[in-house]
Amino acid sequence: MIESGQKKVGLVGMFDDPNTLIAAAKKVRDSGHRAWDCHTPYPVHGLEQAMGLKDSPIPTITIIAAFTGFVSAVVLTGGLNAVHYPLRVGGKPLFSWQAFVPIYFELFILFAALATLVSVVVYCKLLRWHSPLHDSGLMKEVTGDRLAIVLESADEEYIEQTCRPLLEAAGCTDIRHLFENTDDEPTI
Amino acid sequence: MSRQSSILAPAPLFTKEVDSKTLDEAIFKPTESFPTVRWWIAISITGSMLVLFVALLIHTLQVGIGTWGNNNPVVWGWGITNFVFWIGIGHAGTLISAILFLLRQKWRTGIARFAEAMTVFAVICAVIFPVLHSGRPWLTIFWVLPYPNGQGVYPNFRSPLLWDVFALATYLSVSVMFWFLGLIPDLATARDRAVNKVRKFVYGILSLGWKGSHRAWVHYEKAYLLFAGLSTPLVVSVHSIVSFDFASAVLPGWHTTIFPPYFVAGAVFSGFAMVATLVILMRKMFHLEHIITRHHLNSMNKIVIATSLMVGYAYAMEFFTAWYSGAVYEKFVFINRAMGPYAWAYWTMLTCNVLVPQLLWIKKIRRSPILMYPIVLLVNVGMWFERFVIIVTSLHRDFLPASWGHFTPTWVDAGLFIGSFGLFLTLVLLFVRFLPAVSAAEIKGVVPGAQPSHGGAHD
Repeated sequence: MIESGQKKVGLVGMFDDPNTLIAAAKKVRDSGHRAWDCHTPYPVHGLEQAMGLKDSPIPTITIIAAFTGFVSAVVLTGGLNAVHYPLRVGGKPLFSWQAFVPIYFELFILFAALATLVSVVVYCKLLRWHSPLHDSGLMKEVTGDRLAIVLESADEEYIEQTCRPLLEAAGCTDIRHLFENTDDEPTI
Repeated sequence: MSRQSSILAPAPLFTKEVDSKTLDEAIFKPTESFPTVRWWIAISITGSMLVLFVALLIHTLQVGIGTWGNNNPVVWGWGITNFVFWIGIGHAGTLISAILFLLRQKWRTGIARFAEAMTVFAVICAVIFPVLHSGRPWLTIFWVLPYPNGQGVYPNFRSPLLWDVFALATYLSVSVMFWFLGLIPDLATARDRAVNKVRKFVYGILSLGWKGSHRAWVHYEKAYLLFAGLSTPLVVSVHSIVSFDFASAVLPGWHTTIFPPYFVAGAVFSGFAMVATLVILMRKMFHLEHIITRHHLNSMNKIVIATSLMVGYAYAMEFFTAWYSGAVYEKFVFINRAMGPYAWAYWTMLTCNVLVPQLLWIKKIRRSPILMYPIVLLVNVGMWFERFVIIVTSLHRDFLPASWGHFTPTWVDAGLFIGSFGLFLTLVLLFVRFLPAVSAAEIKGVVPGAQPSHGGAHD
C-alpha cells in the first residue's frame, strides 16, 4: 500500500513459474518499453534472450587485463634483473625469460581476476544500496523464491494504460505498484 | 524398465522434495538461530588450539626458530611440511568450485561454497609457516616484494622461492575474490531475511546492494565462468610451483621431473579427504543431509580413489627412476627412504595413501559416512607424512656422510602444527555460523522446475 512520504515510480509483476516469466519478458521486450528489468533469486536460463540483452563485455576486459599483467611481468622481471640491477645467476643470460615464466603466468591471472571483479562491480551496478525495490518490500520475496518484472515509469497514466495491460496479458496475477520513499532516511 | 532408466539417469541431487523456501530455511537457519551446544563445544576446543597457536607464534617470534627441531642437514623441518600440507588442503576447494564447474557437474553446488571457504582458510594457515620460517617475519615482506628501495637491489626472479611468493599471493587473492563473488547473491538473501537491524546493515553492506536483476546476472554469470577458467590453471600452477621449490634443487629425492603433477595430484587427494572429513561433520551438525547427500560423498570418494592411484603411481615411479637412472645417490636416497631411520614414516604414508583408500572401491563404504570416515582421516595423516618424508628423508642423508644428521621435532613444532588446526577449524566454525555454508542461489537454480522447460527462449 502506498503511504504518505512515498511516491509511485513504476509497476511490478510477480511470478512463480519461470516459463510465464519468460513469456512476459518477451512481451515487454517487444512493447518497446525501455526502463525495465527482471529480478530473480537465481539466474533463469534463457531470460537474457527473452529480455533482448546483449552479451557481457567482461571477457574482453578480462583478456586485456590478463595481457597487461603479462606485459607488466615481463617488464618487472627483465627490467629489474637484467637492466636496472643486472643479476647474473648460475651463468645464465641476464634476461633468462624461461625462469620468469611462473611470474608471467601468475601476474597474467592476477590482473585478469582483479579486472573481472572490478567489472562485476561496474557492470552489475553494485555499490548502490538504495533502491525502490527495498522501499516497496519486494527484495525480500525476490531474493527468496519469487520472480519479478519491474517496469519503471514516473508517468502514472502510462503505467495504468500501457504497463498494466501488458503484464495482465502475459498472465501475471500479482501486480503491484513500485514506490520509493521520498524522505531521506536510507534503507538497505 | 524403471529400474533400467534409474541406473542410466544421473542420481538425484536432493534426497527429499525441496523448493526455494525450504532450501533457504535449511541453509540460512544455522546463521540465524542461536548457536547449538555442539557448536559451542566445538569452538571452545578449536579456540583453545588457536590460543596455543598464537602463544607459540609469539614464542617463536621472541626466541627465534631455534625453538624448532630444524638443524643443519635438515634445514626444512615441520615448518615447510606444514606449509605444503596446508596448501594441498586448499586445492580441493578450487578443484570443486572451478574445475567441476567447467565440467558442468551439478552435484558440486552442494559442497562448493564450503570447499572454497576451506581453500581460503587453508592458504592462510599455509602462508604463516614459511613467513615464520624466514626467521625475521617482520622483514619478510621487504625481502620478497620488489619494492623500490635506497640500495636499488631487487629480488632474484629466477628463484623458485620468489615464484612461490607470486603464486601464493595470486592464489590467495583469486580464491578470496572467487569466494566473495559467489557469496554476493547469498549475502543479499541473508540481508532480506534479517529481522535484526544490525544483521540487515552488515549483510546489506557486504552484499554490495545486490538486487538479483537479470541485467546484473548476465554479467555475473559470465564473470563467474571467467573466474572458474582463471582458477583452473592457477590451481595447477600453484602446487607445481610449490614442487619447484624441491624439484629445482640438486638434492636426490627432490630433483625429479615428476614432482609437479605428483604434487598436484597429492594436493587434490588430500584436499578432497579434508573436505569429506569436515563436510560429514557439518551436514550432521546442521541437518543438511538432504542437500549434501550420500551421492555427494560417493562422488568425492571416487575422486579420492582416482588421486590415490595417481600418487601411488608417483611413489612407484620415483623408485623406478632411482633404479633406472643408475645414479648412486639417487638409489641410496630411496633405499634409505624405505629402509632407513624414517622407514616408519614412509610405510605410514604408503599405507594411508595407497593401501587404505582401496577400500573405497566397495560401494557400500563409499556411500556410508561412518565407514568412509576413518579412511579419509587416514588420508589426511598419510598426506602429511608424504611431505614429511619428502622433506626430511631427503635432507637428513645428503652427499657427504660427514654432514648426515637426524631430525627430531620439538614441542614448539608439535604445538604449532596442532595450533594451525585450531586456526583453520575456528575459521571454519565461524564461517558456518555467519555465512551460508551452501550456495543457496546456485542450488535454487538446479531445483527441479526452477529453469524454464524449453531450455530458454531463442526466438
